[in-house]
Amino acid sequence: MAVIKLTALLLAASVCLCSKHKSEKVPKLVNSQYGSLWPLPQSAQISATAFQLSRSSFQIVHAPKSSAGPRCYLLGEAFRRYFEYTFGYSKRLNKDRKQSGAGAEVSELQVLITSSEPQCDGFPSVSSDESYQLTVDQPTAVLTAPNVWGALRGLETFSQLVYKDEYGTLHINKSEIKDFPRFNHRGILLDSSRHFLPLKVILANLDAMAMNKYNVFHWHIVDDQSFPYQSSLFPELSKEGSYHPYTHVYTPADVKMVIEYARMRGIRVISEFDTPGHTQSWGLGQKGLLTPCYSGEKPSGTFGPVNPILNSTYDFMTQFFKEVSSVFPDAYIHLGGDEVDFSCWKSNPDIQKFMEQQGFGTDYRKLESYYIQRILDIVTGTKKGYMIWQEVFDNGVKLKPDTVVEVWMGNALEEELHNVTSAGYTTILSAPWYLDYISYGQDWQKYYKVEPLSFKGTDAQKKLVIGGEACLWGEFVDATNLTPRLWPRASAVAERLWSHKDVRDTDDAYSRLSQHRCRMVQRGIPAEPLYVGHCDYEYGGQ
Amino acid sequence: MLKNRAAFCNAPVVSGSFLGDVLQLSCAALLLLAIVPPAQGVWPLPQSLSSSAERYPLRPRELNFLYGKGSAVQPGCTILDTAFKRYFRITFSGYSGGKPLTVNKKPGCVSPDRSLCDSAPLAALVVNVQKGGCDGFPDLNSREDYKLSIADGLGSLSAVSVWGALRGLETFSQLVYQDQEGTYYINKTDVVDFPRFPHRGLLLDTSRHYLPVRSILETLDAMAYNKFNVFHWHIVDDPSFPYQSPTFPNLSSKGAFHPQTHIYTMSDVKQVIEHARLWGIRVIPEFDTPGHTQSWGKGQPGLLTACYKGSVPSGTFGPVNPMLNTSYQFMSMLFNEISSVFPDSYLHLGGDEVNFACWKSNPDIQQFMKKMGFGTDYRKLESFYIENLVKIVTALNKNSLVWQEVFDNAVKVPADTVVHVWKGNKEQYSQEMSSVTAGGFKVLLSAPWYLNVINYGQDWMEAYKVEPLGFNGTAEQKKLVMGGEACMWGEYVDATNLTPRLWPRAGAVGERLWSDEAQTSNLDMAYDRLAEFRCRLLR
Repeated sequence: MAVIKLTALLLAASVCLCSKHKSEKVPKLVNSQYGSLWPLPQSAQISATAFQLSRSSFQIVHAPKSSAGPRCYLLGEAFRRYFEYTFGYSKRLNKDRKQSGAGAEVSELQVLITSSEPQCDGFPSVSSDESYQLTVDQPTAVLTAPNVWGALRGLETFSQLVYKDEYGTLHINKSEIKDFPRFNHRGILLDSSRHFLPLKVILANLDAMAMNKYNVFHWHIVDDQSFPYQSSLFPELSKEGSYHPYTHVYTPADVKMVIEYARMRGIRVISEFDTPGHTQSWGLGQKGLLTPCYSGEKPSGTFGPVNPILNSTYDFMTQFFKEVSSVFPDAYIHLGGDEVDFSCWKSNPDIQKFMEQQGFGTDYRKLESYYIQRILDIVTGTKKGYMIWQEVFDNGVKLKPDTVVEVWMGNALEEELHNVTSAGYTTILSAPWYLDYISYGQDWQKYYKVEPLSFKGTDAQKKLVIGGEACLWGEFVDATNLTPRLWPRASAVAERLWSHKDVRDTDDAYSRLSQHRCRMVQRGIPAEPLYVGHCDYEYGGQ
Repeated sequence: MLKNRAAFCNAPVVSGSFLGDVLQLSCAALLLLAIVPPAQGVWPLPQSLSSSAERYPLRPRELNFLYGKGSAVQPGCTILDTAFKRYFRITFSGYSGGKPLTVNKKPGCVSPDRSLCDSAPLAALVVNVQKGGCDGFPDLNSREDYKLSIADGLGSLSAVSVWGALRGLETFSQLVYQDQEGTYYINKTDVVDFPRFPHRGLLLDTSRHYLPVRSILETLDAMAYNKFNVFHWHIVDDPSFPYQSPTFPNLSSKGAFHPQTHIYTMSDVKQVIEHARLWGIRVIPEFDTPGHTQSWGKGQPGLLTACYKGSVPSGTFGPVNPMLNTSYQFMSMLFNEISSVFPDSYLHLGGDEVNFACWKSNPDIQQFMKKMGFGTDYRKLESFYIENLVKIVTALNKNSLVWQEVFDNAVKVPADTVVHVWKGNKEQYSQEMSSVTAGGFKVLLSAPWYLNVINYGQDWMEAYKVEPLGFNGTAEQKKLVMGGEACMWGEYVDATNLTPRLWPRAGAVGERLWSDEAQTSNLDMAYDRLAEFRCRLLR
């Protein structure tokens, strides 16, 4: 997904430095009626009446009628987290937003879970209901949600409604919010193969995702460059294939911690084990897995994609995916399937023979499909659904009806969405949101202006678009620059995926996002600035 | 070929785990790795470096930094006392990614016990400085050359001044590496080194976003690792005025983003200057006028030109009002203060991007133009202002740095003024360098080094390929090139992203300004050293 386009980009990278302070179209800062809310709720009525909040008396509690109670650790943790966020940060606002209220106080936020199964100990899924309603009044504000996932989103919104006046007093306006996501799949892809990402960075990123109502962490965990996933069944994979077998690996405990940390924030963890291409690092710890390339009649000593003609390959994959499917609880696994280079297969006489036997002629896409088909069947055997990159669909591989096709190629994007959905598959969009491609200026606007449903298709087709992902490939990214490079640029994508499609006012967005960015900084996320200006609390280092 | 090479830090040298290298380098590149000279770890590349296979272990507890008997500076020298402490920490910071540079064993040694084959440990690094002066500040003429010799179990560093000794200590720290068992080593090495250009600067912009003092200090540290020697502090501009002036406290109390949290107090400024001094770095402040001064107007009413809409003031303001005596009285007092706060002999006066629209709209200015016989050439008015300002600064015994427009507009400035070239593509800035030097002025180059402008990929290479003397001109003209500066303007930069955005990209500029151009024309070789050096920066 990330690799092939580079050359063209590098060639295009000459920049005009004609002006010292290159002028960029900068939106106007306005006093948004929605304050610092991000992403914008589907419906928000914020009245002018303001109430006070006091750190010493305010509490977040379970509503008496809630189906969740003290044993719901997920909510208990969230109450504490959002109490700290709420009283740790609040943006100063103009006086005129506040009217009378005359010392009235909100002393309690009651959280009411209405369904009989609040899912405190469950995992979020693609069909999780994230809707919630928030009524802010005095003395009690009420957050109502069918289950904990919606409650988490509502707590974030509540914390974003609180602001500080010029005396430092905390206020929240009387408000009525009804909210739900436009798309169910709102993901961030991180690549821990091209550079290893320490656990701490991944966890901080999960915090930032929750602040932006993201709900999928797409973990592109292994690739050509390194294999940091420590497999219990095949420990040689990371021992030989990681950058370092102890310092640059994810142990089973690390993976568990990421999954649990994500779960507590309503975030799914979808792991990607991309095959048959992008697997150079696999070959180091699993001899015989990759196809030996030939130079003339002799093996050249280099290796290509996974060898698709050997039974041993499928035995290995069966065991390996069995492990993966039990380690990662999500109902989906991402199987990759992109950018398979055929030249090595073509060079190998055994492969050539196999092609003949199978009647594939010289169409190596058929060989690729043959491989993918078998992998899909293996994964189906583990009772998991799968996601795949668009090539798999393009090559006509037979897919299960619940397959999610991830569209990443920028050319013929709308056509691809049309084709995938008219074939009846669900799809997510990442092509316009490759955030590893950086450029000078306010590129968040470009990501913000994308409309995922602008392709030609019926309503039924459009319903098959279940969301999108912002991707941060790792060629030029590691712990030193990941967080400021990703945030708040990924916030732009977050609002596009959560809020109503008509929320497109760039000035209003810029005004809210500037404050939201400062809020992230205040919460310890070094999100970079959108433009000239300042935060009341600047980033002070780690 | 270079584009997809994965990089990682701190992993042991096992050939199999250099997956990125093995997989993605062509055979030619692999060959290249084999012939990389042993100096591959030092950035920027010294002018002359030779090393041999003989190496000496270092025992952190036993290694001493010592003053030589004949050295003109001795214990009590603030610069070197502090530097010894600092470089001890840096040298032995637990860095483990260094590659053994050559064969591990003494020639002919066959013992399986490696320690028997190593030479005796390095006992000390003895530092000799010819000229005294530990309490002063570096300047444009400071001697930064040094000689470093590691031989017979002893390190010896000699330099004319303490500033050269600092550069040599940095090189020493970069020559030390650890083997797989964690033992520190340094090879027998001879370095003779000096900078190609005397002015190697980095500009930070603290007006568009406020940078906490801590970010500035960290940047100074990283500058020293890259042998930069000038911190160009673009301290104020249109958006905010964080410099707290004792003479005019309203400038920051009204003009800063916040009067208490987003300012540089006198003690902040002193701290920055002292920290820089200890690293051998000059601090040149820029108080840019007459444009780029919106924030000044808030705390100094009457300073800026009132813009007119038709025959009435529009309520907005333009550049500094150049026709009022009060403007010059104010500048005189402010620059009097600045010139005593900042010890460097240069001040940067800005002078760029003056927008004439507001001046044109103002009837008083129009009248003044007539009176002065400027016609409608507002560049003459700009020149009038700058000439007056330069007089003020000259009277304070300071030299001036100015952006290129001042030269372009033919402002009369003293002969020792340094012109800072920032505009245009290669052809344009080369032409400008020719013109400026033909006019007999000293010049600094920044145009190709606007590091705030980011691109996808390895854009350090563009910065690296720049040749500052690549313009048409005589040898005399080329001597007028003092060096250059990497600029990190602040539109999109604050403490959250400054450091990773700046480094190691600015390192490319650092090497271009320090090292010999003929020895540093190969990008592949530079990549290997820079990748290793980046990992050192993470120390």
